[in-house]
Amino acid sequence: MSFVKLTASSLAIAAVSATAAAARDQVQVAGSSTVLPYASIVAEAFGENFDFPTPVVESGGSSAGLKKFCQGVGEEQSDIANSSRKIRDAEIEACAANGVTDIIEVRIGYDGIVFASQLDGPAYTSFTQADIFNALAPKVVVNGELVDNPYTKWNEFNPDLPDAEILAFIPGTKHGTREVFEEKVIAVGCEATGALEAMIAGGMSEDDAEDACLAVRADGRSVDIDGDYTETLASIDANANAIGVFGLAFYENNTDKLKVATMAGVEPSTETISSGEYPVSRPLYFYVKKAHIGVIPGLKEYTEFFISDEIAGPDGPLAEYGLVSDPELAATQAMVANEETMQ
Amino acid sequence: MTDATHGTAEPAEPRRRKASLYASDAHTRRRNAAEKRFRAYGIAAIAIGLFFLLVLLVTIVRNGTPAFTQTFVTIEVALPADKLDKSGNRDIEEMKKVSTFGYAPLVDDALAEALAQAGIETPFANAKDLRQIVSASVAAQVRDAVLADPALVGTSHEFRLLAASRVDGYMKGRVTRESVARDKNISAEHLDIVDQMIAAGLVERRFNPGFVFGADASESRPESAGIGVSMLGSFFMMLVVLALALPIGVAASIYLEEFATQNRFTDLIEVNISNLAAVPSIVFGILGLAVFIQFAHLPSSAPIVGGLVLTLMTLPTIIISTRASLKAVPPSIREAALGVGASKMQTVFHHVLPLAMPGILTGTIIGLAQALGETAPLLLIGMVGFIASNAPASFADGFLAPNSAMPAQIYEWAKRADPAYYERAWGGIIILLVFLMVMNIIAIILRRRFERRW
Repeated sequence: MSFVKLTASSLAIAAVSATAAAARDQVQVAGSSTVLPYASIVAEAFGENFDFPTPVVESGGSSAGLKKFCQGVGEEQSDIANSSRKIRDAEIEACAANGVTDIIEVRIGYDGIVFASQLDGPAYTSFTQADIFNALAPKVVVNGELVDNPYTKWNEFNPDLPDAEILAFIPGTKHGTREVFEEKVIAVGCEATGALEAMIAGGMSEDDAEDACLAVRADGRSVDIDGDYTETLASIDANANAIGVFGLAFYENNTDKLKVATMAGVEPSTETISSGEYPVSRPLYFYVKKAHIGVIPGLKEYTEFFISDEIAGPDGPLAEYGLVSDPELAATQAMVANEETMQ
Repeated sequence: MTDATHGTAEPAEPRRRKASLYASDAHTRRRNAAEKRFRAYGIAAIAIGLFFLLVLLVTIVRNGTPAFTQTFVTIEVALPADKLDKSGNRDIEEMKKVSTFGYAPLVDDALAEALAQAGIETPFANAKDLRQIVSASVAAQVRDAVLADPALVGTSHEFRLLAASRVDGYMKGRVTRESVARDKNISAEHLDIVDQMIAAGLVERRFNPGFVFGADASESRPESAGIGVSMLGSFFMMLVVLALALPIGVAASIYLEEFATQNRFTDLIEVNISNLAAVPSIVFGILGLAVFIQFAHLPSSAPIVGGLVLTLMTLPTIIISTRASLKAVPPSIREAALGVGASKMQTVFHHVLPLAMPGILTGTIIGLAQALGETAPLLLIGMVGFIASNAPASFADGFLAPNSAMPAQIYEWAKRADPAYYERAWGGIIILLVFLMVMNIIAIILRRRFERRW
């Protein structure tokens, strides 16, 4: 039993000494798994170049990260929330209710969303938003009429596309990527094919029709992936006919297995995304709790380091990994230097 | 059972027929055949089990062993004083101002110089283009070495630098010239240079202690990631589990087994302990998030929270095995002790508990092994992500500073984009399996050595 006594007493000593040294000296970050790779690259470089310990970056999704962020001010709360979408008004209110009022919004750059398939699979080389909508929407326009989606193969609605079964792996609803996919691909396709008009003509209000436009078919040809891109990649590996939705950085790390399709005639790359030609991209953010600046050592330095030219600039390690650098980085830098909060 | 079936299998009235003991009749043949079939089913079941075990082990070993070796580039790096220490007084605080971005060009130049010395031609005019051959971590490695020993400034020093994960993949056969055709991280020309560097002895693949003892790395440099820090995280969690689950579990089972009266209330507790053992582990994770982090305000991602959650999970296992081993101590021992005047407590602590100890320890170790491999509850208390980046500074830090655990680290690696992390996930599984195997072997040895039969 002496071993047990020993461990018990050493644990007690540890607990006592811990309460004495509880002050946190480490920046804590949580949130989006899309931002995680970039945040981890910055955190690592920050740990190497500064005397502060390496910040801790948890993953778990934008919503979970923001929820955690909004739980309150204090040492046990997180300092930064990574997000692959803008913070919602409801979240700002939830934050305010818990005393988190001064939030600094930092846009770090842009992320492209690409459609890719197996390298040796059917020739999915170019899509338009209308193609994706026709393939994945529950109701499409055929001969001017809104009908339940009858298509089973891509070439049934666009002869330029391959004669292959429709199967798509898209991000699940908990991902911020899903929102972008819906808004920039499905909704655009809905309008382009005339389905939106047909719905309004069919008696739907405009708002309802716009919401109905975002739906995807539920007959198993569109599969939600709730996990990460690795799960999508594994599904693509197993299905030669399938296409999948990926982040540009993920695709660029797996070019030996995947081939990418153009969207509306534009090849996805950091250049086309930064020029705005490639249509499916979104800004990435992180949110800083201003009340923690000056309390948690290294928080301001980490924030400034993240958006410095040598990190987030067009030649920095983030761009090398796949982030599309923000042309207005200088404005963000000035904003962070002045600690300007959101209005 | 065998006696009973034997008795009823005999026909009630003796049948009048000519039966030789040597020539079996149809009924006996059927029974024998049935038995043979049953044996064959059993052997087939075992064979299928063994086959899958073998497939699993072969896959793990084949995918995981490459993670233990890594490709290194050995070159001489010039450390010019005018770049690293402009003031010239070797003041550490001054020198710290030169960041890793200032060191990276030095490594590029050193690579170009080494190639020139070895007579290797490069198609790249700019030394910066050679950077893709070495890891992104090398600038930090050189900077740390210089800051640790400022006397190096102004000299040339030989460094063994990690090669980039693509180069390492090329050495391991994962990356080929075809696969890099569309890869923007490396080109076929780089691989040509690597081939010549191998011939010149500048590049070699060797055992990489950094994988076993190192910290986690960011997505862009899988070659420098290690499982060491999360191993420490697991270690501290196991300390918490041991220190809490063993005393609480043993005390609870001694009370229930030796002192408590049998009534509806203790029955209820017993049923609930058995139920608790069957609760999915993710439930304990949610409980931990709600109670330990959100209510008790313990730091998130801390091994102490992980340890507390795993304690809850391990308690039923320990209680059940402890009660079983207490039950296995024959009542005669207790009666004899009570008979010579020992109190109930003396009986338990002097006689019953020592005899039950091997069983208790076995149960504890198996419970710990189960807790060591548990991932699900850790996902909810913030132990996945880029967490295991700093080794704990002190013993108390080990419990309270954010850290990951081995299975959570493996999960995290498996979902990262770079295929090199996939290999590391398998390597991590090998290390985890070795730990589990060692713990199970200890449990078996304890049981064999100290278990007494009556």
